[in-house]
Amino acid sequence: MRKLLVSPAPHIHGRESTKGLMRDVIIALAPSLLVSIYFFGFSAIKLILVGVVSCVLVEYVIQKYIVKTKVTVSDCSAVVTGLLLALNLPPSAPWWIVFIGSVVAIGIAKMTFGGLGQNIFNPALVGRVFLLVSFPVIMTDWTIPVSWFRGGIDASSGATALSIVKEGLAQGLTMDQIFEANNFSYSRMLFSKIGGSVGEVSALALLAGMAYLLIRRVIKPHIPFSIIGTVFLFTGIFWLIDPQQYADPLFSILTGGILLGSIFMATDYVTSPMSKPGMILYGVGIGVITVLIRYFGSYPEGISFAILIMNACVPLINKYMHPRRFWKEVKNG
Amino acid sequence: MIKTFSIGGIHPQDYKISAEASIENFPLAETAYISMSQHLGAPAEPVVAKGDYVKVGQLIAKANGFISANIHTSVSGKVISIEQLQDLAGNISQHIVIRREGDDWMENIDKSEDVIRTIKFSGEEIIAKIAENGIVGLGGAAFPTHIKLSPVPNKKAGCLIINGSECEPYLTSDYRVMIESPEQILIGTKIMMKALNVQSAFFGVEENKPKAIGILKEIAAKSYPYIKIVTLKKRYPQGGEKQLIDAITGRRVPSMGLPVDTGVVVQNVGTALAVYEAIQKNKPLFEGVVTITGECITEQRNFRLRVGTTYETIISAIGGFPKDAVKLISGGPMMGKAVSRMDAASVKSTSALLLLTENQTKRGEEGSCIRCAKCVNSCPMGLEPYLLNKLSMAGRVEDLEKHMVHDCIECGCCSYTCPSNIPLLDAIRLSKYQVLKIIRSRP
Repeated sequence: MRKLLVSPAPHIHGRESTKGLMRDVIIALAPSLLVSIYFFGFSAIKLILVGVVSCVLVEYVIQKYIVKTKVTVSDCSAVVTGLLLALNLPPSAPWWIVFIGSVVAIGIAKMTFGGLGQNIFNPALVGRVFLLVSFPVIMTDWTIPVSWFRGGIDASSGATALSIVKEGLAQGLTMDQIFEANNFSYSRMLFSKIGGSVGEVSALALLAGMAYLLIRRVIKPHIPFSIIGTVFLFTGIFWLIDPQQYADPLFSILTGGILLGSIFMATDYVTSPMSKPGMILYGVGIGVITVLIRYFGSYPEGISFAILIMNACVPLINKYMHPRRFWKEVKNG
Repeated sequence: MIKTFSIGGIHPQDYKISAEASIENFPLAETAYISMSQHLGAPAEPVVAKGDYVKVGQLIAKANGFISANIHTSVSGKVISIEQLQDLAGNISQHIVIRREGDDWMENIDKSEDVIRTIKFSGEEIIAKIAENGIVGLGGAAFPTHIKLSPVPNKKAGCLIINGSECEPYLTSDYRVMIESPEQILIGTKIMMKALNVQSAFFGVEENKPKAIGILKEIAAKSYPYIKIVTLKKRYPQGGEKQLIDAITGRRVPSMGLPVDTGVVVQNVGTALAVYEAIQKNKPLFEGVVTITGECITEQRNFRLRVGTTYETIISAIGGFPKDAVKLISGGPMMGKAVSRMDAASVKSTSALLLLTENQTKRGEEGSCIRCAKCVNSCPMGLEPYLLNKLSMAGRVEDLEKHMVHDCIECGCCSYTCPSNIPLLDAIRLSKYQVLKIIRSRP
């Protein structure tokens, strides 16, 4: 008699794979990668390459020789971590710093927890924050490296918009004076004429990536929208109270790492909540903490810390925030 | 306006490749193997003995208990044995085996093509006749129809919904019935409305069947204005009973509740046709439309198939088992059952036979959960499959109940959508029955 294959339903699969999802994230990052290469030239290429190669290498070595488990680098998640790490660094960062960041990101933040799916904190962000506290000078040196095709970055404004504002306010200047002195405009923020980390240069490129991720249903809009919305609302309240001491909400969103963080870092599957209500709470938390750090902390930008803090809350959020059930049980006495 | 259910769901490609094949009569098999357990509930009790001669449509087994159904023979001939045989999944049940002689029908069955429009019976008479003719729900669960139509104490049905969504990929039997016997199913609907004593009915059809929607709308507008044809979004599991009620009425069936708790009774298209034939034509349920499909077979078919035909016979009629097929599924690819024995026989609720190749049905290598929440977002019941899977593995029954594993409708969206190929539903299904048993054992 003929041999039949027997297994429980469903008998077909949507054919979506972890690798495919990671590939989509890489595609979504492409515009930002290209823009950064255009503006920072070899420096950007160097950071990106070292980031990707060392992340993959570290994961491979750990899986193959230390843990002696199945090597899963082909799922491309280490590639994404490498790309994100590189995009979160200042363009002038030396190559070895990326390598150290990769070892921390993959080695400590990901593999010690058990690899893909097990880590509590976003690996790329752990790497970045490790570098920020270990090498504060290098990590806040926003000078723009010499490049063959440097487009139109103002040589004068190497610093990030947020640090310029923070320093200006500390010197007792008003918002208008700071804006005028530095020639800030929304078009410059959108099209990348203001300094920042490799991936933050162009808001437009990041937004294109978000559109791709949303259309391909790789991410849900809940996390990025709730972060951006919260930052907009929260900074808006401050701005209404005193527009000379606090930047306007649009400036707050377009500068710094809000877009890069909310689109690519906070949406990391492994370290974000599972239910939609949970995602919204997580996003609001990130937004609030970011603004608090920006306005009341010593760092000009706080989204990395905000995401890591909220990462730590994710298990708790998952425990108490459930999806909307089809039928909500009514507790009767 | 196109309606749909409110949460979760997936959009698989529909592969309705057999949609254009008209219904043909399947050549009669030499032997019929008729199971006594073709319905939900207690097996029927045989009323014939070995050696008896039976005519097509003759009662051969009587309902045994409250939830049970009568069974009629699908062929004429001699009962050669009454024995324990295995069904498609290997479960043993009593079967009446009949060697066919000709095709000799009971005289009271109206074999003509005439459409009979006037309903001569009262509500109670209709329910009694439906029970007598052994009608069961043909949407999958095979729940005895007369029980579903009988009044439930303290609950009143306000409307009837006919399920013509056929949301599973590949299946086209309901579609062919809607195209070829539209008025009969509308009359069947009217009959059930009378039995339920309701004034309105909704007939839900997915938008990928515009021809069926057009025909039904035209006939309903002309002669059955109280039956409203509703266009549904193409989305799986649109035809799930709870999802369909949500889509059409906006009401939610409670956890562990019945559709009638929302004032609705749902019946399938195939059931509506069976009801029409039972009431207007005196024809018991012994045959039904079955889609035979799969990309690995050259000819896609829709057959009118007698109950008790073995899979062996059916597959040889289409030219044998295709070389590259590895799996035979009774039903659709999302919720159908894999056939484990070719000598098992079809039952009343058999609606399709689907042949899949290794490539189509192969389960990918299981990876780690990346917590992408795709299972959570696709679950039409708003459950957390990733969590239920983990709790099942850990055997945490109390937590499983707290997270409402018993609400799972086994649609398979979670397993279908998981990028790490984790067989979520396999584990969830097991603990679901465990938890249901515990809940039902409580006083």
